[in-house]
Amino acid sequence: MKYKGAEVLLKALEAEGVDTIFGYPGGVVLPIYDALYDSDINHILTRHEQGAAHAADGYARATGKAGVCLATSGPGATNLVTGIANAYMDSVPLVAITGQVVTSLLGRDSFQEADITGITLPITKHNYMVKDPNDLGDIVKEAFHLATTGRPGPVLIDIPKDISTAEVDYQGSGPLNLPGYKPPTAGAEDLVNQAASALMRSERPVIYAGGGVVASGAHQELKQLAEVLAAPVTTTLMGIGGFPDDHPLSLGMLGMHGTRYANYAVSECDLLLAVGVRFDDRVTSKIESFAKDATIIHIDIDPAELGKNVRVDVPIVGNVSIVLKQLLERLAAKLPGAWQEKINRWKKEYPLNYQVSDVTIKPQQVISEIYNVTGGNARITTEVGQHQMWAAQYYNYTKPRSFISSGGLGTMGYGFPAAIGVQVGCPDEVVFDIAGDGSIQMNIQELGTAVNYDLPVNVAVMNNGYLGMVRQWQELFYNRRYSQSEMTSPDFVKLAEAYGAEGYRVEDPTDIRSVLEQAVASSKPVMMDFVVEQEENVVPMVAPGEPINKMLG
Amino acid sequence: MLHTLAVLVENNPGVLARVAGLFSRRGFNIDSLAVGRTDNPAISRMTIVVEGDDHTLEQVTKQLHKLVDVIKINDVTNEPHVDRELVLIKVPVDRASRLEVMQIADVFRAKVVDYGPKTLTLEATGTGEKIDALEEALRPFGIKELVRTGKISILRGAKYTTANITKEEE
Repeated sequence: MKYKGAEVLLKALEAEGVDTIFGYPGGVVLPIYDALYDSDINHILTRHEQGAAHAADGYARATGKAGVCLATSGPGATNLVTGIANAYMDSVPLVAITGQVVTSLLGRDSFQEADITGITLPITKHNYMVKDPNDLGDIVKEAFHLATTGRPGPVLIDIPKDISTAEVDYQGSGPLNLPGYKPPTAGAEDLVNQAASALMRSERPVIYAGGGVVASGAHQELKQLAEVLAAPVTTTLMGIGGFPDDHPLSLGMLGMHGTRYANYAVSECDLLLAVGVRFDDRVTSKIESFAKDATIIHIDIDPAELGKNVRVDVPIVGNVSIVLKQLLERLAAKLPGAWQEKINRWKKEYPLNYQVSDVTIKPQQVISEIYNVTGGNARITTEVGQHQMWAAQYYNYTKPRSFISSGGLGTMGYGFPAAIGVQVGCPDEVVFDIAGDGSIQMNIQELGTAVNYDLPVNVAVMNNGYLGMVRQWQELFYNRRYSQSEMTSPDFVKLAEAYGAEGYRVEDPTDIRSVLEQAVASSKPVMMDFVVEQEENVVPMVAPGEPINKMLG
Repeated sequence: MLHTLAVLVENNPGVLARVAGLFSRRGFNIDSLAVGRTDNPAISRMTIVVEGDDHTLEQVTKQLHKLVDVIKINDVTNEPHVDRELVLIKVPVDRASRLEVMQIADVFRAKVVDYGPKTLTLEATGTGEKIDALEEALRPFGIKELVRTGKISILRGAKYTTANITKEEE
């Protein structure tokens, strides 16, 4: 049967189980939008294409399914770029579909032409320009396969307008043809054996768990492994939720703003089991002194991560969930000893803390109250900055996919559109975007989207009148010269109301709880402007380039 | 140290840009890159000469493997292999020097592929060293133009790096 290219696209998306697309129309994608009118796929119109990409990313992180965004050619496509790069850095399955000028106008600097496949080459797992309408169905199938298997990542499909209007035969997509693509599954037996015996021998083990645990759904295996070995677990920012924060073996986050006890444990361990991590510089800081006395076992699905940043003694390529199962078969239960006692002493001696005030609001306190009010059952997204680190430190995450934040790229403006995507993917859950006054203004136009689709996302702005993390660095490393980090904000309450959302301004610490309760109870999007202590810093902190056991604060 | 990689890739548009872009953005040094299709028109073969220590080479190989279009990579540096480069060199000649250039060509088993009133163009194949030597020998005559293909390479004996492509069934 004959279909238009645009119809083939939608049928192929439906075949992949896509129920929602985040996007923004424009000239050359009109054939797709026209076909969408008669499709069951739900479309969320964001107010900016960057918002569409982040919303699709948030949807993907919350649900585990690929997120889909759609934009027109030229500026529509380039506005997706930050969102695609963000998904690439954090290994998020995303399929970005862009329109392109008609094939005959390609390469002539035509109106709204941008070489988006060229532009996104370094920030996609793979990308396609569809040159033959008969390939469209197969390309969509391949794109979803690539985005969601192996190390997940964004894939872009660029579709010239004449391809989406061409009439073709379509009876479903053909078999996959990716001869060079073989994502690993199980780890090599001999290496798994080596790892198991090293784990049994070790006296001071630490597990360092990252986003790979969440992505592969290995949180149960991780918990079991930690308990069998009585090994403390520290997670990266991306690994938050992969191990329950309230577990006695939890060390919280490590690295630049990690807990003292996590950083001490990593610095003194004799064995580091790195699971689904990439030894990012925000974690390792000075690489030569990172876990310098430890045997390092590294498990990752991406072979290129093994040995990229640190020397690894036992490199295991494989799906984290499968490799942990392989390890569990080979381990016997160990009892806690002097190492665990030492760690518990550190935990008692150096807990995360802050000074509560009854005059000004402490941002940490707001985050603790969000935890109390939601019973720890909310999905939390964040923007990027001080509030992001406090959100990582002061809310206890016990479930995977409950903390959704821009790790690798550090994208200000990510959290709010991501929260919209999360709320679309999890309509019955409470969603909070923890934001700063600077970050929220990078994609604040998405209030329109939240109101438009009755998405009751809650935005908690930690308003300190500064780009807080920039100010903190200027205080510590630039002699308090606060160059361009002070910022005025609009009246967030009026702004929320202008969009049709609810707004609250909170200046008194005693009002925090009641406002949060009102927000959770409300069926509308709510923006809460918490006027917080202006010069509060995120501690502990490892200065860039220092060993992680040398912390400020 | 220089390494020679034999890389089989799918003959898709943009594959060269993907490979070259990967080298530049990861900070790897390409010494030469030669590419052409194989006996299977769907597959191209790149011979990439890259400079770096063992760690760099490991990363180059692993990062290349991440490209979906890359089917197979072989580091043939330490395996018995034959490698060749092709060069075309245009040299200005006059009555006195013409014979001398032809004698040099003879020594290097280079062919005269164009014979003009004022120039000779030579074609030679061989290892990079041989081609360098020919270039040096002709330099005193004043080389007008020189073009090299970059190295291509193949394993000796029964070993081969061809991938058998079968359509993957679902």
